[in-house]
This record gives sequence, structure tokens and C-alpha cells, in this order.
Amino acid sequence: MEYINAFIVGGLICVIGQILMDKTKMTPARVLVLFVTLGAVLQGMGIYQKLVDIGGAGATVPLPGFGYALAKGAIKGVKESGLIGAFTGGITGTAGGITGAIVFGYLMSVLFNPRSKK
Amino acid sequence: MKTKMSPNEYEKFIKDKVPKPKLFTNCLKAFVVGGLICDIGQFINNSLEGMKLNPEQVAAGTAIILVFLGAFFTGLGIYDKLGKFAGAGSIVPITGFSNSIVSPAMEFKREGYVFGVGARMFTIAGPVLVYGISTSVVIGIIHLLFFK
Repeated sequence: MEYINAFIVGGLICVIGQILMDKTKMTPARVLVLFVTLGAVLQGMGIYQKLVDIGGAGATVPLPGFGYALAKGAIKGVKESGLIGAFTGGITGTAGGITGAIVFGYLMSVLFNPRSKK
Repeated sequence: MKTKMSPNEYEKFIKDKVPKPKLFTNCLKAFVVGGLICDIGQFINNSLEGMKLNPEQVAAGTAIILVFLGAFFTGLGIYDKLGKFAGAGSIVPITGFSNSIVSPAMEFKREGYVFGVGARMFTIAGPVLVYGISTSVVIGIIHLLFFK
């Protein structure tokens, strides 16, 4: 059941992205920026957590889930250490993903060469 | 409106009138691939939970593994092939985020390791981080002012 929920919620979020790209000619970069911001704003209002409770990884794996984790971290930071926490909380909550993306991203870019244009 | 059409003309007429199913098939592909990537995430999440990690470690570990997979399969040239088929289904998950880092960085390696790889990594990831992190700070401050 968990896997079905994750599949449906995650799939639907991707469908929204697909519709935006096909219908409004938004570039993938704009869709990603919109989704991260949207996820953060929705969590700021306490809404995205409900989607996470239903969809699990289906809600946390797509990019709005990254915004959700940032906002959740910032709110937690504020509760623990006030204004400073607003600045430290977001990245603290997402440190693993961000650092992983930078380190593995760099590593793979150095190790591999593009093969599409040959 | 009675006009005579040859079968060929009629076929063309109908072809013009029927909406192209492109959007629907694109959405279906995005749904299936996006859903599957999320299920992989769910599997990693459950496996880490089984290792008795706390919820924060599980979330971080899942993100790190997915980001690794996205970067690795981009390096192998497989993720971009998936992207041509799946569209948003492979762009929207966090694996697509690491794809957006590796893809341009690899492409511009010839410009060097600083302005080529180092800078191009953030062509798409940069804006995502700028808007995501800035929004989270604003949300934190709003919570500080109104909900504390």
C-alpha cells in the first residue's frame, strides 16, 4: 500500500510538471525552481506535511519535497534558536542531499564524458 | 455544409480535427517513470528505517543515495536517454536535480575544472538553491514573527 501511494502521489506531481512544460512552454529549470518554492511555501502553511503523510517518498522525492525539507528545517531552526535558526535550519535539514549532489555531481562530471554527441 | 470529399481528403480533415494525444502520452510516461523513481526512494527509505536510523538520518540517507544514483546514471549516459522518454517524470524527482548538475558540467568540461565543471554544475541547481533556500529563510522569519 505504501508503494502504491508513493507511486500515485509521485507520479501525479510529475504529471503536473509535464503539463506545465507542454502547455506553458516552461523550461525544466523554471519548473524545478517553481516546484522547490511551491513545496517550501506549502510547508510554510503546514499543507505539504499532509501530502508526505499520505504519499511518503512519493511526496519527498520530487523537487517540492526538497522545498518541503528546507521549510521544515527552517521552522524547526526557528523553534530551537530563533532568528539564527531561520538561516541555519533550512540547509541543516537538507545538508545530506545538497552535499551529496555537489560531491557526487562533481565526481561523476570528472569521471565520465558526455556520450550523446558523437 | 455538404461538400464531397475523397477518402484521402476526409482522412486529412479528420486528422486535423482530432487533438494530438501527445500531451496525454507524455503525462502517462511522466506518471509511470516518476512513480517508479519515487518507489525506489520508498524502498531505500524503508531499508534505512530497517537499519534503526532516526527519521532525520533516514531522510538524509535516502536523499544522498538517490542523488548518487541520478549522478551515476547521468555519467553513464542512461539518465538522459530516460529523460527523452519520460520528460518531467525524470526531471522532477531529486534524481533529476543531480542530472541537472552532472549533465552541463560534463558537457563543459573542456572549459576547465573551475569555469567549466565547477561553475556549470549550478546552471540549474544554482537557481533551485537560491529560490529554495531564500524561501525557507522567509518562511522561518514569518514563523518567528507570527507563530512562536
